[in-house]
Amino acid sequence: MRDLIVQWLTSLTAPFWKSALSMDQFVTALQETFHMVFFAMLFGCIWGFIQGITLVATRPGGILPNRAIYHGLNPIVNALRSLPFIILLIAVIPLTKFLVGTSIGTWAAIVPLTIYVGPYIGRLVETSLLEVNEGIIESAQAMGATPLQIIFKFILPEARSSLILNLTTATISLIGATAMAGAVGAGGIGDLAISYGYQRFDTSVVILTVIVLLILVQIVQMLGEWLAKLR
Amino acid sequence: MIEFKNISKHYQLKGQTIRALDQVNLQIPDGSIFGIIGYSGAGKSTLIRLINLLERPNEGQVIINNTDFTALSAKALRQERANIGMIFQHFNLLQTKTVAANIEMPMKLLGWSAAEREKRLNELLEFIDLKHKKDAYPDELSGGQKQRVGIARALANHPKILLCDEATSALDPQTTQSVLELLKKINREQGITIVMVTHEMDVIESVCDYVAVMEHGQVIETGTTLDIFSQPQHPTTKNFIQTVLQQQLPVNILNNLENQNQNSIYCLKFLGKSAQETVIQAVIKQFDLSLNILFANMTEINGAVIGQMFIQLLGDPAIIQQALQFLEQNGVQVEQAGVQG
Repeated sequence: MRDLIVQWLTSLTAPFWKSALSMDQFVTALQETFHMVFFAMLFGCIWGFIQGITLVATRPGGILPNRAIYHGLNPIVNALRSLPFIILLIAVIPLTKFLVGTSIGTWAAIVPLTIYVGPYIGRLVETSLLEVNEGIIESAQAMGATPLQIIFKFILPEARSSLILNLTTATISLIGATAMAGAVGAGGIGDLAISYGYQRFDTSVVILTVIVLLILVQIVQMLGEWLAKLR
Repeated sequence: MIEFKNISKHYQLKGQTIRALDQVNLQIPDGSIFGIIGYSGAGKSTLIRLINLLERPNEGQVIINNTDFTALSAKALRQERANIGMIFQHFNLLQTKTVAANIEMPMKLLGWSAAEREKRLNELLEFIDLKHKKDAYPDELSGGQKQRVGIARALANHPKILLCDEATSALDPQTTQSVLELLKKINREQGITIVMVTHEMDVIESVCDYVAVMEHGQVIETGTTLDIFSQPQHPTTKNFIQTVLQQQLPVNILNNLENQNQNSIYCLKFLGKSAQETVIQAVIKQFDLSLNILFANMTEINGAVIGQMFIQLLGDPAIIQQALQFLEQNGVQVEQAGVQG
């Protein structure tokens, strides 16, 4: 399958593609990008949903108000959110080495990517959940629902559309961040743009990466909007 | 019986203490339709939320069928809540779920089997007459239909009490009447106690057996709807009744009279007991007077006619006195008329 795609791309681009970058390398880079986005999004969602739900439930006037948890967690989230990704990338190298064993490569990049996107998704989840009409929560309480039932049977399903749109936004930011992760040798199409386009003055690679990113973001956005409309 | 004992509820807002409820004592008999009326901010919504403890009182007890709800554990309270249905002004249906899924929600929370849910769902859809909308989403329904779904959802678990928080305030008058008819049917057929909060006196007039009038966090007057309508004591109560029953003679009617002597105008109050409008006919036959009916405003509450009639009596003052006495003997309260300025 992969070989077929590489062959097809090579023959398709043969008439005009003069760069040292082979289509084989390009497909590898694309795979690395997908790999990073998928896993960082997966871990980021786990982080984000736990964070978002916890903050919504424990906030003053929430369904399980708890000052200690709310006021403890909130500043930590803010601190993590305040770091630009490029700094985070370097700052967490010790942690990455501890978790993955190396600070280079796709898996190594997933650690800072998760730390970057997790708190961000958490904030987005929090906003989506807070948008749910208070009356829905009141009606759930009146039915005798437990706090967990209120979260999982009322708030989350009602926030579904908004959550999907917000996760779409997060995915797009994450695609941007994976391109930066190329700077620490994480691979991916960002890496191509840096090592071929920037360091070797190969403009065609830069153009290729820009087009690919453009298409990728477009597809993610359209998919998100389509999913949000489904019920 | 639902009993409020010395209930007080206050909270802090911008450093000031707001007394939402102040020493409220109230008893709501089983099987009745009990209306709580008041202007916004009177504390009526807080009061109804105390019944299932969506709001907690700072002082006092809420006792339902000899159980002190304020003393229940969180778990026991949730179990009790499942036996109290509630409907809301803005319906509060899950927008992402179909009518069927919304109605089944309370049954799912209680862990009913799919077969039990299906059976009860069909009964309820039949009852609210919305079988054809089973798979529709709330945004495809009219306001009245949404409230019917809300009612079905509230009744799912065979509650003994149904709480209605401004349940008809977002509906047009015609839809309001049909929803009120449905509530009346629930009360009469299933014996469910209905407590409703409203700011509309005509809602009270058309369905309630009892009414409590609230102002500034206190119950200022309470009694049967008939008593409150026929003999309101507090000015606020009188204001509310004025919205459905004109208490004074409109000034335009007076201006159009040939003989504008206000002393000749009387207000006859029919208090629903023995008084019938036929006494007017008797007056005309028995007394040599000219009697003009200027304005009348009557309503029926639980089968009794109450209201006012403004008449002008012209003739010999002695005969007028006799006629007025005759009216009073027949259960009509007679007053010199006030005129709306």
